[in-house]
Amino acid sequence: MQDVSIVMCGAAGQGIQTVEQLLVGIFKDAGYNVFATKEYESRVRGGSNSTELRVAKERRAALVDRMDIFIPFDQAAVSHEVHRISGDTLVIADKDSFPADGPADLPSPAVLLPFKEKALEVGNRLYTNVVAAGAVTGLFGVDPEIGEAIIRRKFSAKGEDLVRENIQALHAGNDLGSSLREKGHRFEVKCTKGVADELLLNGNQAIALGALAGGCDFISAYPMSPSTGVLEFLSQHQKDVPIVVDQAEDEIAAINKAVAAWFMGARAIVSTSGGGFDLMTEGLSMAGIMESPLVIHLAQRPGPATGLPTRTAQEDLNLAMYAGHGEFCRLVFAPGTITQAFDLTRKAFDIADRLQIPVFVLTDQDFVDSYYNIPDLDLSATPQDHFIETSEGYRRYELTEDGLSPRGVPGHGDGLVRLDSDEHDEHGHITEDLRHMRPAMVEKRLHHRRILMEEFLEPPTLQPGEAKNYVICWGSNHNVVKEAVELLDNKDLAMMHFHQVHPLHADVRELLSAAERTVLIENNATGQFADVLKLQADHHVPEADRHLRYSGRPWSVEEVVSVLRKEGF
Amino acid sequence: MSDQKIYDMPHAKAWCPGCGNYGIHRSLKEVLADLDIPPQRLVMVSGIGQAAKLPQYTKAHMFNGLHGRSLPAAMAIKACNPGMTVIVTSGDGCTYGEGGNHFLAQIQRNPDITNIVHNNMVYGLTKGQASPTSLKGMRTKVQTLGVMNEPFNPLAVAIAMGATFVARVYQGDREQTKEVFKAAIEHRGYALVDVFQECVAMNKVNTSQWYKDNTYRLEGHDPTDRTEAFRRASEEGRYPTGIFYREEGRPTFEDTLPLYHESKEPLYTRSMDVDRVRKLLDSVRSV
Ligand SMILES: Cc1ncc(C[n+]2csc(CCOP(=O)(O)OP(=O)(O)O)c2C)c(N)n1
Repeated sequence: MQDVSIVMCGAAGQGIQTVEQLLVGIFKDAGYNVFATKEYESRVRGGSNSTELRVAKERRAALVDRMDIFIPFDQAAVSHEVHRISGDTLVIADKDSFPADGPADLPSPAVLLPFKEKALEVGNRLYTNVVAAGAVTGLFGVDPEIGEAIIRRKFSAKGEDLVRENIQALHAGNDLGSSLREKGHRFEVKCTKGVADELLLNGNQAIALGALAGGCDFISAYPMSPSTGVLEFLSQHQKDVPIVVDQAEDEIAAINKAVAAWFMGARAIVSTSGGGFDLMTEGLSMAGIMESPLVIHLAQRPGPATGLPTRTAQEDLNLAMYAGHGEFCRLVFAPGTITQAFDLTRKAFDIADRLQIPVFVLTDQDFVDSYYNIPDLDLSATPQDHFIETSEGYRRYELTEDGLSPRGVPGHGDGLVRLDSDEHDEHGHITEDLRHMRPAMVEKRLHHRRILMEEFLEPPTLQPGEAKNYVICWGSNHNVVKEAVELLDNKDLAMMHFHQVHPLHADVRELLSAAERTVLIENNATGQFADVLKLQADHHVPEADRHLRYSGRPWSVEEVVSVLRKEGF
Repeated sequence: MSDQKIYDMPHAKAWCPGCGNYGIHRSLKEVLADLDIPPQRLVMVSGIGQAAKLPQYTKAHMFNGLHGRSLPAAMAIKACNPGMTVIVTSGDGCTYGEGGNHFLAQIQRNPDITNIVHNNMVYGLTKGQASPTSLKGMRTKVQTLGVMNEPFNPLAVAIAMGATFVARVYQGDREQTKEVFKAAIEHRGYALVDVFQECVAMNKVNTSQWYKDNTYRLEGHDPTDRTEAFRRASEEGRYPTGIFYREEGRPTFEDTLPLYHESKEPLYTRSMDVDRVRKLLDSVRSV
């Protein structure tokens, strides 16, 4: 087997996420391609949270239903994942956390190991999950030294005792796993040269790093799952790469601060989720009339209102496209891979700055919380500031041929930079000149859209290439659809993935009109992207060919395969 | 000392004859000239309302943002370029009503900005509804039975929140207004000046005469005594004017930012340091 899926499940507070991190780190440093994704409840204790790890020879970066190894930390975990347990699943459980005959409701009995006992021997039952992690590494025959190095790095600040005990727990677990391996539970996955030196990051980190690569030096945000990781990462590294970090008093403040920061020549990002973004819409509209650049990371979760705080959805495309009163132009990116998240966020800063418009990076919980290894990220495009040194008489809203007025920054040059949320004249002075100035300013603001359409749009990705039939998806569904299409290996079928969802590239219309059939997969109940295709590319995906998911769960590879099979591919 | 004319703009003003905004504007320009602050080093920030139009008529950089949102903008502006003088002028409705949360939160941060609130105890631009500072009983087209809410006391709130400079003036007392504006601008940290101001068109209760009769200058007050400041700020009926509280030396928001510990340069002069980003990238080669 060259692609092993490992699932651990337990209550919030049982440390599943610590183990996930440790295991992903170990496998990756050992040279395996890894992927990890978690699903969790909106609570700090209790419930059932799970994490799935894929350890594979090839790069795999999507959820699978299949479980090759399953480690439930309590009986509730078994019930939580029971539909995924098959006769081939190796279930490993702690012998003291279940009745003598192990977890109930399994097709075949679990292998019981003394995780807790070993943890207590080391000194604390809190090490139980580290012992379990060690057991998993043992099943693969991974050298425990690799884990030791990680533990040293992660815990050295917390004292030598903690480091030593964690290492002992890992070793104890590794021994348990190795002896299972000797009994025939062997997992052989080929390592890949170079993987150990690759990057390992999740969607939020990719956004944060992409922002820094784009010259971001200001973040103002209010915590909201699943977007908070960006704020946390930038804050944690504010001394490594200088940046103003402000946990705003609310999202309204956050966006107003960000627009004001751009005014001063900074490069600002806000990071939020649906409800928080709702509060930002007036600020977005202000960016529109002020012709201010702005980068917005909008990490979706199911709504309306508080909805499902820790689950996933693609329900806020319409929101991103239409939020804010009045008419102005914007661009919406929806990265499908970690690399795209980095590249597009970096690019978002450049385009926002050049075109003086808001640019969205639209992600979701599934995307920002999943992580995997990638070879590297491209830092060769260093950001350039698109503002000028002003001189006396400078007019911020000078009417020009292409609608773009050179952007000045207070303090840089002798000119005065005057931004107004009122309708204004070329100087930024409030005006009610309805005959000339108002129409001129409206046209100027929409002119940006023409430049955007002509110079900055990107076509969708076709994978494996042009075909007769397409399965259309956008944003975070890239990896799962790509893997499903590869599995089906049907030469007439390709994925068409959109990482730029608004406005659409001019070629899309032609591409779609040449297609024989299209089916669509997205994570909302109303087919928001199907509507975009209709509106912007005059392409109709029939109701029956829209596969809409709105449960809050991401798609698995098997589910997409099954959908496509039913479609006849 | 420069000529206050350097701050003049050519446009006609949208204020009523006799409006207190004229006096505030004149006092402010005189103080700016006095302090020799060139328009190129000055950022005027406001929200929306009649008071919030003051930056439109003042030659300086301008960020005339949204109703209620002047303070977050001002805080960010200062954070991006601490070398600038940042002055916020907006109404009582804008600052204390729509922007109430920002008022509290910016006080907590202590950015080095001056917050001049034109307090006419009414919503002027929207034609006379009650504002948070309207006194009880005032009848308006909306408060037809008279204002029921307890009036908002900005000074007491600011002192309680730990503001480092808290003052009130009546704009008609030009001498004190200028003195306090000057001290507020010179103060390093967040400075609140609540300016009593008549709204000749929309507030028939709090007229010029009313302000003259119901204010008096704070005298013999020690502005470093916070408890006393709070007590004086809580006085009702006749309102003291002057500097209630002042604390020097508290770090400003900008002071707390690590990026200014390395260099004092404003953000617009800096460029992204590829090596530092690469180093950070390298740190995510493992968990
Ligand atoms: C979000 C929003 N809500 C309401 C308004 C309408 N509005 C404009 S100014 C104003 C109140 C003005 O009162 P104040 O801030 O005291 O200033 P004044 O006009 O009295 O100087 C209101 C409610 C608005 N512009 N934006």
